[in-house]
Amino acid sequence: MSAKNTHISDVLVIGAGLAAERSAIECASAGLNVIILSLVPPRRSHSTAAQGGMQASLANVAMGKGDSPEIHFADTVKGSDWGCDQEVAKMFCETVPSMIRQLDYWGVPWNRVTAGKKKYASGIETEDTKDKEGLITARDFGGVAKWRCCYTSDGTGHTVQFVVDTQVCKLGIPVHDRMEAIALIHDGETCFGCVARNLRNGELNVYLAKSTIIGTGGAGRIYAASTNAVINEGTGGAIALATGVVPLGNMEAIQFHPTGMPPVYILMTEGARGDGGYLLDKNMHRFMPDYEPKKKELASRDVVSRRMVQHIRAGYGVTSKYSTQQHLWLDIRHLGRQWVWKNLREIATIATNFNGIDPAKELVPVIPTQHYTMGGIRTNKDGAVYGLQGLFAMGEAACWDLHGFNRLGGNSLAETVTAGFICGKQVAKYTLGQTRNFNMKMVDGFVKKEEERIKNLISGKNGRENAYEIRDAMGTAMMDHVHIFRTGKSLEQGVAKLQELYKRSLKIGLHSSGQGANPELAQALRMPGMVRTALCVAYGALMRTESRGSHFREDYPKRDDVNWLTRTLAYWKEGADLPTLNYEPVACPILPPGDRGYGEASAGPKGK
Amino acid sequence: MGRKLTISCFRFNPNIPGDKPRMQDYELEEYEGMTLFVALNDIREKLDPTLMFDFVCRAAICGSCAMLIHGRPRLACKTMTRTLPSKFTVMPLPVFKLIGDLSVDTGTWFRDLQVRAEAWIHTNKKFDFNALEVRMENETAEKIYDPEQCIECGCCVANCITANIRPDFIGSTGINRVYRFLIDPRDERSDADYYDVIGNEDGTFGCVGLMACDDMCPKEIPLQENLAYVRRKMAAAGLKLKFQGVKIS
Repeated sequence: MSAKNTHISDVLVIGAGLAAERSAIECASAGLNVIILSLVPPRRSHSTAAQGGMQASLANVAMGKGDSPEIHFADTVKGSDWGCDQEVAKMFCETVPSMIRQLDYWGVPWNRVTAGKKKYASGIETEDTKDKEGLITARDFGGVAKWRCCYTSDGTGHTVQFVVDTQVCKLGIPVHDRMEAIALIHDGETCFGCVARNLRNGELNVYLAKSTIIGTGGAGRIYAASTNAVINEGTGGAIALATGVVPLGNMEAIQFHPTGMPPVYILMTEGARGDGGYLLDKNMHRFMPDYEPKKKELASRDVVSRRMVQHIRAGYGVTSKYSTQQHLWLDIRHLGRQWVWKNLREIATIATNFNGIDPAKELVPVIPTQHYTMGGIRTNKDGAVYGLQGLFAMGEAACWDLHGFNRLGGNSLAETVTAGFICGKQVAKYTLGQTRNFNMKMVDGFVKKEEERIKNLISGKNGRENAYEIRDAMGTAMMDHVHIFRTGKSLEQGVAKLQELYKRSLKIGLHSSGQGANPELAQALRMPGMVRTALCVAYGALMRTESRGSHFREDYPKRDDVNWLTRTLAYWKEGADLPTLNYEPVACPILPPGDRGYGEASAGPKGK
Repeated sequence: MGRKLTISCFRFNPNIPGDKPRMQDYELEEYEGMTLFVALNDIREKLDPTLMFDFVCRAAICGSCAMLIHGRPRLACKTMTRTLPSKFTVMPLPVFKLIGDLSVDTGTWFRDLQVRAEAWIHTNKKFDFNALEVRMENETAEKIYDPEQCIECGCCVANCITANIRPDFIGSTGINRVYRFLIDPRDERSDADYYDVIGNEDGTFGCVGLMACDDMCPKEIPLQENLAYVRRKMAAAGLKLKFQGVKIS
């Protein structure tokens, strides 16, 4: 086995979801030669699964009147529990309206404002005026002061990805799909590209470039239950971490979405609650107003998820045939059949397909489920990765840091294209000023190392541990110890379990021949990196002795701005079995830390 | 106790020298709510780690997992085993190039389609970062969203007699894709421009009207209506060109 195919380009983009493709467009438009490689064809990326919409302060719909980038910024910072980079958030909020309009220009069929008086299921009555008719409309979402979530029914990610991909096709950017980056090529200072395994035939390929962009999405699949697609195994972050010089930022900041639908944990969009849906308990009581009188079901996701688990713990969870664990109900029946099957069609279909439930007349079981990694490969505001020249990261794979410790719904899809645009421009600028000499001896060294790993996995030289068993045990450990409510003692146990699993992951041996595009080999190659990523989450959570956003420590329930207004940077040193944690300060130059207006720290009844 | 299922899988890995196409049976116990996503992963993780298939979203929105399930093209992720007999077959989709076992290359096929059909908005307007969006009726936006929901799973292509015998036929997914741009006021192409792209036997006139595609769409897109619309438009455009004395192939 050897790397038969070497591809050289100005820019290599790893991943083909929205952040990756949007940045590729920016680089190709600057005249650069770009290659995209991806696990799957672009239109199968997990970006297509985003349902609810994209936050942008267009202020067209009546309930968005008076909205501005400043208000969007304040919502984002409060949502992040002051953990985000405020300069990035400001730049993002100012840019995103033009991104929505550019997507419209490219062909996204955004839903539009219709004039007239409206009465929404939530009881809100408004009037949209003639002068706004035909402009892009928006719906309500969690943790926001204004309606600004632009949407196409509840298939927003799908339409945006398809339209962005039309531009990639138009520009003729080559996409090598079924190609998995398994190691970055670097000399400790500069990144030169990657070694990739072709998932059609198992052959190794070398990609060399002046700039490498990682846009591989999140790492949700380190948890046994996640709303994420099965390909979201954090591979981009893992190969960056494996360099030893690139840190992952804030990996302990994991979002649990309030409404995953058991037993398959597919997402029910926040738009369901944005459009007026309720959460009910076993007594058919709408409990969220008891905990969050102001925002009710539309507090930020971290808060709603915690309140739900708190309510289940208090004995109000539902036992049903849909789940082995207790859950709650999502009720959208009162929105009416027409609304449900028009504006929430995707989730209505999912509920029908997987549970035989018609949400226009029946309740949908829901439970908070792992959904998003706020953390990721740490970059500066240009998307340049800490530690290696010529390496960039964007979207969920990155810690740009728009989201801090809790992301607002609708801000991630918006981040993908906005970061792709802003950082893509910076990549183009950087690349145009670069020349590279590729040291082929060094490149061969990286290829040999991967060949050796593959050979050892096939021969069982290091052991016969089963890749799938280790993946399952890791997923269970994360569910048991690193979930919504965290404690020092449980986290310690989780870290210990994961350390043990990490050792075992280095002793994986295949139970098949590993020939061709063998899927067991693909999983085996990913496992050590996945467990390292899981350890960054668990160990980061153990060491952060405060509660902020989605990171909630029952033994340290308060936010601690004196000691913890910091961002975690996790490095993996060669031969280690734990990450090395450093911290950098989080500046708050625009909005100083304060009260979010919802959540445990705010005034309000504790619930019953 | 659930039923005992026998899943008869097509097996062939073209990358293994000497490997031959064959059917292989796997037995497993069914449980409540079991989908083919769960069943096939169980087989791979517990019985046979070499079995190749594709899943991404497992929620019927990404289009990766279409295969012939007991003879019919369907998405495996949303197919409940309880809707099938206790012994059934799974085969890869026809038309598309086989990668191995149940996995086929839809990515290359669909990318080729987008490029051939020039499936992007054609406009002479320049994007202005400081301008408001062009207004559109909400009804128009919803009308565009209907065909835009296609997830490019390939079920309609697999079930299409023309696609099975004519390798360059763009299929009902391709014609639906063109329909999506035809009804979009932002696309400035004339009917004659579209005629250039699909007014031929690999395009809209290749369809022989069996409408097997329409029965198979997992997104329930009204393919029959959309195809008829495009065909009427293209027939009219073709006649117009003919009267103008333009030589058409």
